Amino acid sequence: MNGVTVSAKVNGDAVQYVCPADESLLDVLRNRLNLTGVKEGCGTGDCGACSITLDGRLVCSCLVLGAEAEGREIGTVEGLSEGGKLHPLQEEFIEKAALQCGICTPGFLVAAKSLLERNPNPTEEEIRYALAGNLCRCTGYDKIVRAVQSAAKIMRRGKKVAR
Amino acid sequence: MRFESPTTTKAAATLLASESGIAHVLAGGTDLLVRMKMGAIEPDLIVDIKRIESLRTLKVAAAGVQIGAAVPAVRLSESEKLRNLWPGVVEAANLIGSDQIQGRCTVVGNLCNASPAADSVPALIAAGAKALVVGPKGKRRVAVEKVVLGPGRTSLARDEFIEAVVLPARTGKSADAYLRFTPRTEMDIAVVSAAINLTLSRGIVQSAKVVLGAVAPTAVVVPAAAKALIGSKLDDAALDKMVAACRAACNPIDDKRGTIEYRTKVAGVMARRAALIAYERAGGSK
Repeated sequence: MNGVTVSAKVNGDAVQYVCPADESLLDVLRNRLNLTGVKEGCGTGDCGACSITLDGRLVCSCLVLGAEAEGREIGTVEGLSEGGKLHPLQEEFIEKAALQCGICTPGFLVAAKSLLERNPNPTEEEIRYALAGNLCRCTGYDKIVRAVQSAAKIMRRGKKVAR
Repeated sequence: MRFESPTTTKAAATLLASESGIAHVLAGGTDLLVRMKMGAIEPDLIVDIKRIESLRTLKVAAAGVQIGAAVPAVRLSESEKLRNLWPGVVEAANLIGSDQIQGRCTVVGNLCNASPAADSVPALIAAGAKALVVGPKGKRRVAVEKVVLGPGRTSLARDEFIEAVVLPARTGKSADAYLRFTPRTEMDIAVVSAAINLTLSRGIVQSAKVVLGAVAPTAVVVPAAAKALIGSKLDDAALDKMVAACRAACNPIDDKRGTIEYRTKVAGVMARRAALIAYERAGGSK
């Protein structure tokens, strides 16, 4: 195998892997690092099921080569919970029944977290635009939007308490 | 396939020039990786240019703007200064794909992909942008409208790549605007688009550039449409003349996304609206 050796950080942990030069970061995460939260829907950047953050930017991991990740910081859905406690977005997705089959959910969670970091109080329209790169064939999106609104509210309240 | 990530443009040019097989430049990868996945291309060498510091640079000033080939589109909208100077270029670049795509895709990539429906290309041409081309023999500067020859085809030699696009100095009361028609508001490809760049003096158009997208094999510059606007305050007669010139310049395809008649008609509608937006942004009032 004409492999590339890569050192990166995934959800804060240092990782090292060897992959073929043309292997996607999506396949690296799933098959080499066993992070199967990241899903392959389309493989062409249309559905957002493979959404991750790369150095803090939301991207589709199917459109990144594993070889490109040298020295980069990767964030996946596995990094959302802290010490076994679910992230407010995860709690609210469950509470508001914002999923059915669940394939799109990790991508929606990562994309929604990225949105709320940039904009803690988005309007419904802003949420729908920000999540336009994530496709869901079960929910009709409405419950997902409600869950994000509800999580945003909880997170804003949490910040006030923390202060 | 080999993967290289050089740290200088010179090293990148050498890698491309010395490759006997198929070599491709990787910036955002949002087109390249899709084509690899589909089996449309099987590169022997990928040259990732994102480790080249100068290519990751976005320089914004009234005296000129330089957008490095590795600058993702999201960084354009994050620059308030750029949004004020070139709102049309920024809105065009930000229409490409989703937030996920915005985090990776680049305007130079959008240009080199050479799609007739590329969103940023008409806006760059209207802005008078130049591409900085690097090759083994050195550098050259070429107008953006000279880069795309047809769908998927560019005027770049196989050992050349674009390191940046530059926008000219902004003078006087100037502004640009870009509009596209798509059946959906997001995640779609232009059926028709129009980019317009205007400079005003006392509310009268002094100079104009009108460019249409997705109505021909390449973006179309319409000098007759610009001429119709110059000397006017965008009154209805001037706009009607511009619309007629735009429609006359259309040479679209007929497909499921739009018929020839439809694209030709909507090209005029998009151009009229874009002209009014650019006019208002430049400080003109009717």
